[in-house]
Amino acid sequence: MGGVHPEENKISNDAAIEVMPVGKQMVVLMNQHLGAPATPVVQKGDKVKVGQLIGEAQTFMCANVHSPVSGTVLKVDTCKDAFGLAKPAVYINVEGDEWMESIDRTPDIKRECTLEPKEIVAKLKEMGIVGLGGATFPAHIKYSIPEGKKAEYLIINAAECEPYLTSDYRVMMEHAEEVCIGVSILRKALGVPNAYIGIESNKPLAIAKMQETARQFEGIIIEPLKVKYPQGAEKQLINAVTGRRVGSGKLPIDSGCVVSNLGTAFAVYEAIQKNKPLIENILTVTGKELPSQHNYIVRIGTTYNEIIAHSIGQLPETTGKVISGGTMMGKAVVNLDAPTVKGNSSVLVIGEKEARRNPETNCIRCGKCASVCPMGLEPYMFSLLVKNNRIEEAKAHNILDCIECGCCFFSCPANKPLTDEIRLGKNKVRAMMAAKK
Amino acid sequence: MTQQILIAVLILGALGIFFAVVLYIVAQKFKVVEDPLIDEVAEVLPGANCGGCGKAGCRAFAEACVAQHSLDGLRCAPGGDAVAAKIAALLGCVVEQGEPMVAVVRCNPANCGDKRKSNYDGLRSCAFENTVYTGESGCPFGCLGCGDCVAACQFNAIKMGENGVPVVDADKCTACGACAKACPRKIIELRNKGKKDRRVYVSCVNREKGAVAMKSCANACIACGKCAKVCPMEAITVEGNVSYIDYKKCIACRKCVTECPTKAIHDVGFPAPAVKPAPKPEAQAAPAAEKVEIPVAEKVEVKS
Repeated sequence: MGGVHPEENKISNDAAIEVMPVGKQMVVLMNQHLGAPATPVVQKGDKVKVGQLIGEAQTFMCANVHSPVSGTVLKVDTCKDAFGLAKPAVYINVEGDEWMESIDRTPDIKRECTLEPKEIVAKLKEMGIVGLGGATFPAHIKYSIPEGKKAEYLIINAAECEPYLTSDYRVMMEHAEEVCIGVSILRKALGVPNAYIGIESNKPLAIAKMQETARQFEGIIIEPLKVKYPQGAEKQLINAVTGRRVGSGKLPIDSGCVVSNLGTAFAVYEAIQKNKPLIENILTVTGKELPSQHNYIVRIGTTYNEIIAHSIGQLPETTGKVISGGTMMGKAVVNLDAPTVKGNSSVLVIGEKEARRNPETNCIRCGKCASVCPMGLEPYMFSLLVKNNRIEEAKAHNILDCIECGCCFFSCPANKPLTDEIRLGKNKVRAMMAAKK
Repeated sequence: MTQQILIAVLILGALGIFFAVVLYIVAQKFKVVEDPLIDEVAEVLPGANCGGCGKAGCRAFAEACVAQHSLDGLRCAPGGDAVAAKIAALLGCVVEQGEPMVAVVRCNPANCGDKRKSNYDGLRSCAFENTVYTGESGCPFGCLGCGDCVAACQFNAIKMGENGVPVVDADKCTACGACAKACPRKIIELRNKGKKDRRVYVSCVNREKGAVAMKSCANACIACGKCAKVCPMEAITVEGNVSYIDYKKCIACRKCVTECPTKAIHDVGFPAPAVKPAPKPEAQAAPAAEKVEIPVAEKVEVKS
């Protein structure tokens, strides 16, 4: 149902993953995940090593944070994130590159995993693994299946349907075996017979590579998918792979499915087999106006400015926006001095002309937004309901089912900011529900 | 022929009488007894349905007044004392005279305009922009400038100023509080109008630490506490990295305005000081007001 076909612009497809050098100072934010911020467990003056726990998850909806560098803790304070909002953070002065002894840094690939499912989930928690598809949902919560529900399918999202992004593609091309081991571990954690890796069919090389590798593993099936955006969205992917539908207000697990991103599977491999916590992102640096295109392994806490300085020197003069994420769902970065966090998948530089929105005109009731909505909603109506503060009705028409993919705004001939209006409406509905409680 | 007409008239007439009786019985049975006072009170109210009183509209306010037979805890801000007196006369109760209030925008417009740190071209809604990022000024507590308050005002008393910070027309403002409710950053506050329309307030709600706040805005309150020390009435408290003047205690002496190092405290309604060619050191009032930027918010000539 629905979907659009934005220009793919995968211009950094052929750039092999490089390693970004570590800067002089790192700022590690304490909320790099969905939920409450982690509690700092280090103090000013403490020596830390790479991979050492510096922020502990003390509430349910939280994930551990580890030091991406070795050095001395400068201070525990707040730092402005990419959107200018102050967040608790640990500042570390980098000294050398000393890793925790427990981390296996050898290039050997370790296939055997002897851990029990419960131990795997506990280790995911310990290593601070979060979903790297964008939502940064703590992995240990996702893989702790609530009682009374049963997982039947494990689906790995490698669709990478967002324009420009190529980090998942590079991981498949360069680390196919590690990914498959990671998927096998997740399969074991859930106790499901088969895992499906969904890849859009515009990546034939990746599909071939993954199919060849998956043959050596039991129960991993590569599923080529139709090319359309948002093919990689959780509910759309479930439908494409299993034919099942996730009902309104339901979670994937209600339909017996667990969906994880390909990047997460790679991080799981490193965490479980190599004892390496989530301290690095694989990140695309791309843009039509950039002199070169890159894919990097970047330590978490490296600032956007450092990444730009190392990869392309400086931003072109015609830069209109720097986006973290793809063009459809990514967010514009306003503070380039902000550190990157878990789940960042790109530094996308968009030129002045493309960055501007076209002026809004009146809705002509063409219904394009409704026809492209992958959730079968009616965005034009939400726009009116929200504008007129008819929040109850918006809720009754399932506004909360919106996945904020941006298809409606993308296709609107009147350039109405439909997605923004729906997001505002969702906030209002949630506020109303909270007030009722 | 005549017989047929007669039958039709009789049947319809009988039906009519039957239904009239049914309707009468039902109307008696389900009669809604409403106090005629409610209509009278509703008549007196302005009828703008602004919701400033916290009720669904003017009729709901009238019902509440009549139900409790007093005006305790109920006040129609747009109507003010005149309406309160009329309602009190209808209800036969006494009413305390409330102090006239006005909406005050506690954000300094001086930092915006061409000093904006980013461009926002998303949905023109403060409530939405607030969930996205800090806003164009770069201050996470500052005015977003999309005009949710302007849209909320039923009395056309608030408009967007030149710098993208709203301006309140104190003459039109009825202090219904709709703008204060609409502001997602709680920048707008209802304060007393003050004697001769003179009032002093801290025009900043930034709760960041001093040094960080200064980076956001040159006119931010840095919570240095100088104003609290100099205040003779102990009206000023510094809590959560921001200073606040209690308008009930404030006597508008303006000592704090002089003392504030970032010019975050504004005075409104005071006569502009006369321009003196050679400022004398003895002059007490003049140096204070000389450098203070009076917000565009009020109709006062800005003295440079």
